[in-house]
Amino acid sequence: MQKPGFFVLAVVFLVSSGASTRASRFTAPMVAPGSVEGIITYTGTPPKMKPIDMAKEPSCAKQHATPVMTESVGVGPGNTLEDVVVYVSAGDMGGAATQPVTYEQKGCQYIPHVAAMEVNQPLEIYTRDQTSHNIHPMAKVNAEWNRSQPPGAPPIKVTYEKPEFIPVKCNVHPWMHGYFAVLSTSHYSVSDDNGKFSLKGLPPGKYTLTAWQEKFGTQTQDVTVSSGGTAKVNFTFKATPY
Amino acid sequence: MGKVFAIVVTIITIVATAIFVSHVWWLPPDVSLLGAGIDRQISETMVTSGILFVVAQLTLALFVWRFADNNDQRKIKIFPGGATPMVVGAILIVGAEILALTLVGTKIWASIYVAPADPHSLKIDVQAEQFAYYFRYPGPDGKFGALHPELIDESSGNFFGLDPAHDTAARDDIVAATLAVPVNTPILLELHSKDVNHAFYVPELRIQQDFVPGLVIPLHFTAIRLTKSEIVCTQLCGLGHYNMRAYLEVMSAEDFKKWLNDQSAQ
Repeated sequence: MQKPGFFVLAVVFLVSSGASTRASRFTAPMVAPGSVEGIITYTGTPPKMKPIDMAKEPSCAKQHATPVMTESVGVGPGNTLEDVVVYVSAGDMGGAATQPVTYEQKGCQYIPHVAAMEVNQPLEIYTRDQTSHNIHPMAKVNAEWNRSQPPGAPPIKVTYEKPEFIPVKCNVHPWMHGYFAVLSTSHYSVSDDNGKFSLKGLPPGKYTLTAWQEKFGTQTQDVTVSSGGTAKVNFTFKATPY
Repeated sequence: MGKVFAIVVTIITIVATAIFVSHVWWLPPDVSLLGAGIDRQISETMVTSGILFVVAQLTLALFVWRFADNNDQRKIKIFPGGATPMVVGAILIVGAEILALTLVGTKIWASIYVAPADPHSLKIDVQAEQFAYYFRYPGPDGKFGALHPELIDESSGNFFGLDPAHDTAARDDIVAATLAVPVNTPILLELHSKDVNHAFYVPELRIQQDFVPGLVIPLHFTAIRLTKSEIVCTQLCGLGHYNMRAYLEVMSAEDFKKWLNDQSAQ
């Protein structure tokens, strides 16, 4: 009788010590999310942006005191680049983003020029203009569509299922151009008019970041994010005038 | 009942003629060298066909007034049958009239659409697309860059498909959304379409010409007055057709030079 009793005790001890070990793993030092930030710059000579003549659409033309310029290469102070999408292409991809991304047609311009979103994240397209637009995202991987949006029409609500960089144009106003950057991660950022981007809430670990610019293509860099730390990553694109 | 119809026909004739004679809805003032010739031709055509219209309508009214309620049981001549000589005669008279109008009008029409442009014309390329017009000037080097339709990229303002990376002649080409021309200068437009049929119509210039994809269609004019006029599309070309327009600005030679320089500097 002694042996089995000892055996039971031993089993109980082992199980309980195991459980306590697992518990101690969970309560081990708190892991805080980290972040990545940086600046996008260029070397060389970027193409000259051209003024857009909206004379044929007076309701839009009068909204701009100075002509709107083309936006395919947005440059900021200190050779920085605007509208560059920086996103996680390998590593923790984050959760499903549910906050709608908004895209506006205002003064016959797309605002923002580049809208980044996660796959299946709701996208809401608004028109603020007194003229009809016909928004036409030229998707190749996702389904392509084009829809008219007369003045005062309700927003068009859509989602994209597959990652893709989709050029967007207006079928009525040939100068209107933008991009939808549909990504398979919720960790993304679009550089601001000073070329700055920041990715927040990244679980510590190794990542590959990709930066995309509509004319200059993509670049990747590896980065390690520590708990609660901020990693610095800069991207530099080579610009050509044409 | 016949008398009422005769009165209605007479009223319609008088009102319609009065509208045309008083020029209530008429063409805007012409600004083109050949416009006066076109206007003369339009007037001649309107006067000739107007007289015939009035005569025909009043004769119709007179006969209806006189004979409509006349049940004298006489046999009516019909076609084919007894009325054949009258119908053939009417066709020959109307046919001769139309042929005469065509022959008389051909001269002025041909001076615009058949006669070659002045060899010293200022050449401007026109690109029509859904739903806008773009105009290209050769720039300071006086040379147009070659067109590569596969390079058309509206996002960077390359509406014509120029290749400035490899083609030095294309680098200074000026592309504008407004057609600016100097006054009293022969202009030669070359019309290109990116997508579907469009038209170039400026009522003040008295010219109208279609764009046809795949064809380069020449069109020449000389503007003799300063103006800002609308260029409109008159071929149904899609959803935004109603909104397809640009402006023609006829400027003094100095203003035109300044305008070109401003465009070049941008």
